[in-house]
Amino acid sequence: MSGAFRIGNAGRLTPARTARFTFDGKAYTGVEGDTLASALLANGVHLVGRSFKYHRPRGFLSAGAEEPNALVEIARDSARKTPNVRATVQELYDGLSAKSQNRWPSLSFDVGAVNDVASPFFSAGFYYKTFMWPKSAWKNIYEPNIRSAAGLGVAPDQPDPDHYSSRFAHCDVLIVGGGAAGLAAALAAAETGVRVIVADEQAEFGGALRFESGAGIEGQDGWAWAQGVVAKLKSMGNVRVLPRTTAFGYYAQNFVALVERVSEHLADPGHDVPRERLWQVRAKRVVLATGAIERHMVFADNDRPGVMLASAARTYLNHYGVAVGRNVGVYTANDSAYAAAIDLKKAGVNVAAIVDLRDNPSGALIDQARAAGIEIHDGRAVTRVGGKLRVSSMIVQPKNGGGERTIAIDALLMSAGWTPSVHLFSQSRGKVAFNEDKRFVPGTYAQDCVSVGACNGTDGLAASMDEAYAAGAKAAKETGGKAAKANKPKVDADEVWSRGMLGSAPGAGPDATVKAFVDFQNDVTAKDIRQAVREGMRSIEHVKRFTTNGMATDQGKTSNMHGLAIAADMLSKPIPEVGLTTFRAPYTPVTFGAIISHARGPLFDPTRRTPMHGWAEKHGAVFEDVGQWKRAWYFPRAGEDMHAAVDRECVAVRKTAGLFDASTLGKIEVVGPDAAKFMELLYTNPWEKLEVGRCRYGIMLREDGFIYDDGVVGRLAADRFHVTTTTGGAARVMNHMEDYLQTEFPQLNVWLTSISEQWAVIAVQGPKSREIIAPLVEGIDMSDEAMPHMSVREGKICGVPTRLFRMSFTGDRGFEVNVPADYGQAVWEALWAEGQKHDAAAYGTEAMHVLRAEKGYIIVGQDTDGTVTPNDAGLDWAVGKKKTDFVGIRGLTRPDLVAKGRKQLVGLRTKDPKIVLEEGAQVVDNPNQPIPMKMIGHVTSSYWSENCGRSIALALVAGGRDRMGETLYVPMPDKVIEVEVTGMVFFDEKGERLNG
Amino acid sequence: MLLIRCPYCEEERPELEFRNAGEAHIARPTDIAAISDDDFEKFFFIRQNPKGIIYERWRHVHGCARFFNAVRDTVSDKFVMTYKAGEPKPSKLPGVSK
Repeated sequence: MSGAFRIGNAGRLTPARTARFTFDGKAYTGVEGDTLASALLANGVHLVGRSFKYHRPRGFLSAGAEEPNALVEIARDSARKTPNVRATVQELYDGLSAKSQNRWPSLSFDVGAVNDVASPFFSAGFYYKTFMWPKSAWKNIYEPNIRSAAGLGVAPDQPDPDHYSSRFAHCDVLIVGGGAAGLAAALAAAETGVRVIVADEQAEFGGALRFESGAGIEGQDGWAWAQGVVAKLKSMGNVRVLPRTTAFGYYAQNFVALVERVSEHLADPGHDVPRERLWQVRAKRVVLATGAIERHMVFADNDRPGVMLASAARTYLNHYGVAVGRNVGVYTANDSAYAAAIDLKKAGVNVAAIVDLRDNPSGALIDQARAAGIEIHDGRAVTRVGGKLRVSSMIVQPKNGGGERTIAIDALLMSAGWTPSVHLFSQSRGKVAFNEDKRFVPGTYAQDCVSVGACNGTDGLAASMDEAYAAGAKAAKETGGKAAKANKPKVDADEVWSRGMLGSAPGAGPDATVKAFVDFQNDVTAKDIRQAVREGMRSIEHVKRFTTNGMATDQGKTSNMHGLAIAADMLSKPIPEVGLTTFRAPYTPVTFGAIISHARGPLFDPTRRTPMHGWAEKHGAVFEDVGQWKRAWYFPRAGEDMHAAVDRECVAVRKTAGLFDASTLGKIEVVGPDAAKFMELLYTNPWEKLEVGRCRYGIMLREDGFIYDDGVVGRLAADRFHVTTTTGGAARVMNHMEDYLQTEFPQLNVWLTSISEQWAVIAVQGPKSREIIAPLVEGIDMSDEAMPHMSVREGKICGVPTRLFRMSFTGDRGFEVNVPADYGQAVWEALWAEGQKHDAAAYGTEAMHVLRAEKGYIIVGQDTDGTVTPNDAGLDWAVGKKKTDFVGIRGLTRPDLVAKGRKQLVGLRTKDPKIVLEEGAQVVDNPNQPIPMKMIGHVTSSYWSENCGRSIALALVAGGRDRMGETLYVPMPDKVIEVEVTGMVFFDEKGERLNG
Repeated sequence: MLLIRCPYCEEERPELEFRNAGEAHIARPTDIAAISDDDFEKFFFIRQNPKGIIYERWRHVHGCARFFNAVRDTVSDKFVMTYKAGEPKPSKLPGVSK
């Protein structure tokens, strides 16, 4: 037998199919189909957790997703540890291991429970008031201690080894909730042939039919009917049935996020199935059939283990075959608890008494209870309960005061009525309305959705299913379905419950100091809500934040309406005037794993590798990340550090030659009869007269006159330009060009093509560059006369097509060999073999940076920052003076851009040549001025130059070009560095080496 | 995630495929080099940033790559309509009074 509280003839599980599990190390046996909660209850275990703030012993409040108390840690192994799992939704599997949380040293003896005794100190808002003084203590004492005491559960400290999946889905009608209403709507929609998705958070569909023993549909009991409908829906090609799937977020235009727990319930999930699957559903129509959640009664010590919702006790009995006690009491303001009492009584459980707050309740259920011999105390209240780790008695008193009576019990079922679950409706930005039954129900819709059944405030099975069937049929028709067949399920037997009550019950009123919990999870009592109002909180949003009522996973499921009613009472205002807090996603907690799915680790962001990446790797390159690219940074030889490797590479390039992988450069082909005209408009330089076969360094501005990008452009034909951009600018330059071409200059006949990934680029730079390339080239005369600096030729290299540029980013003679990407590594290897004959080196991006800085060539984005004009950068020569239009032409003449004293790019030489400045360091003209000093510029580039035998730097300095030879200062934390302002060229000032 | 109708592809596609490109119907002056500082300020810097109906440019960047114009309500975040680049600002909006 799987537990002493399992009742032989009750429930739907098969007792023979047992599953073993442990809780806090102790072994138990449950039954397949149990939740962890039902299995523990079957074994008589009610105490499962300690509360968040006061460490009060807690048991199960509910049998579903609204559970605020029974949060446990489920661990499969040391990496697969999930804290804060609601035991009421965790399906049992053989070998499950669960642990209680928030207790030390043990669940039944918890030192932290001292907080309960000291609770006057921990009243609402205590953080805000208590830890104010002294200020310094906050950082060192209060915050670390609060942080270690706060929070529930312990996060796993190892990476999650499981995988998750993600799917997009489209449908005509999405039905959220698979209870009687949801299934009726699904049936109606599915019959018309439209695409339907129906999802329910539980393992099996049926919703409240799980416990409603009085429901009969189509000649069967309600649960059996539901299973039949699900089987029918599953067999239909146009329907997707998703059990164990929670719709947790409702976003714009009927975009609903669902999470499916795929393998959380399996004993051995294996590696083939994901743990969870995220569904991102776009539905033409959404039918919300999310049901209602029962409210607890707010009275003293209503959180003792054994005190639970009446519907929960009924679920444990009717579905799981578990009695929550042997001698139960009932405390209610609503009929539904009577149904629970009757079911328990029939199953052989003693019902000590039903205490009903209402005077003279009447109706079929009350009569049935009487007939079953259950004692009913109407007009009375349970003012408190006895027992600590488990409820042992209830103290009953007339609701307006009078003599007390103590009744021994071992479980107490309570019901204050039902709260429609309007969470998703509210998330869809719909506005709720407070109806005459004192319930918030869907009012004004903001999206194409409809609420049906209990979540719409509709009472009774027949009425709910009528409404749902009609809504399903209507949604299907609106999305193109055929007319629904009139197959509306017939309800034979129904349960209809009258209302309940909101707010605190007698004994927990304004003058009481008792702990009558409104929000179990956050340890918020009726007293806390009143205190918040007394301290000046007027809006329910303020009350919520001050008390934390309805926060965390509760999201107002059980606490909202009681909290609101108590606040409204204190404010002497009607409930709708106090307002309802906004419901936010997620409805229930969602794992990060489900949301990020495969986008983690190496798949978090694409990695771009050049065609020559493998060669660089093999030759020991150290890579740096440049955007998504992996670029070879330097190629250290044995025993070399970065400094030594870069020095060697820099010297080799100027002495013989170096090979550099420039494939990451952005490349755009500008083609068409108006290509030159387009280039004239997009770049500052003149292009019409650039000869075919020649190149030019181009500068692109934004309309405001600041440098946006630069690069060398080759003219391959009268109507064809090969444009290069910076590595980081490739995509935005393309966007910028397309923008102007499509929207400002659509009359131009030009076509733009990104060719960045089509061409691999090998820069061969240095005095020996021509000797290295020439032997491999066919059809190109590479002599200085035939192919001068800044020219481009098309021909073949190693037998494959090449666009061969003669250009230099080092100041030495240089070429850039473009070859189709697939041949990049082969051509590189051939050039490398030739280079070996001349002692050439492979160099990386660091040496590239040093070499270009030696020549004062700027890097856009490093030496410029979006506020630098061509003139500021010393590039006025590249702006076509005779041009009448180009992007940025007007911006360049703005008053601020032509004003004196702008920051200009200059060189800096440290007085001590060994000192290398820090990039980003600030420049001042008087180091002895008081702090804060007037900063007149900053260092943009700074390196050790082995070729110059000293440090070199570029800086943006106010009025820099008028300060040549001036001494300026770079204050650092430990010293002030003296620098001299110089020109930007540090090496080969005359530029003779371009042809050297 | 919003659905946006691309007027070139002639279908609604998820927001992920698009990129906003700022306010629409601000034409670059054909004599831009000659305009006054005030006119340049109006052209380049001044934007409406309305609460309510905004006319703005979008690009179907991960689709057909075309720029187009859209009318959107900044309060409800709903797209009222979209139309091709170069087409005039619509004088009447579907479902919007005034």
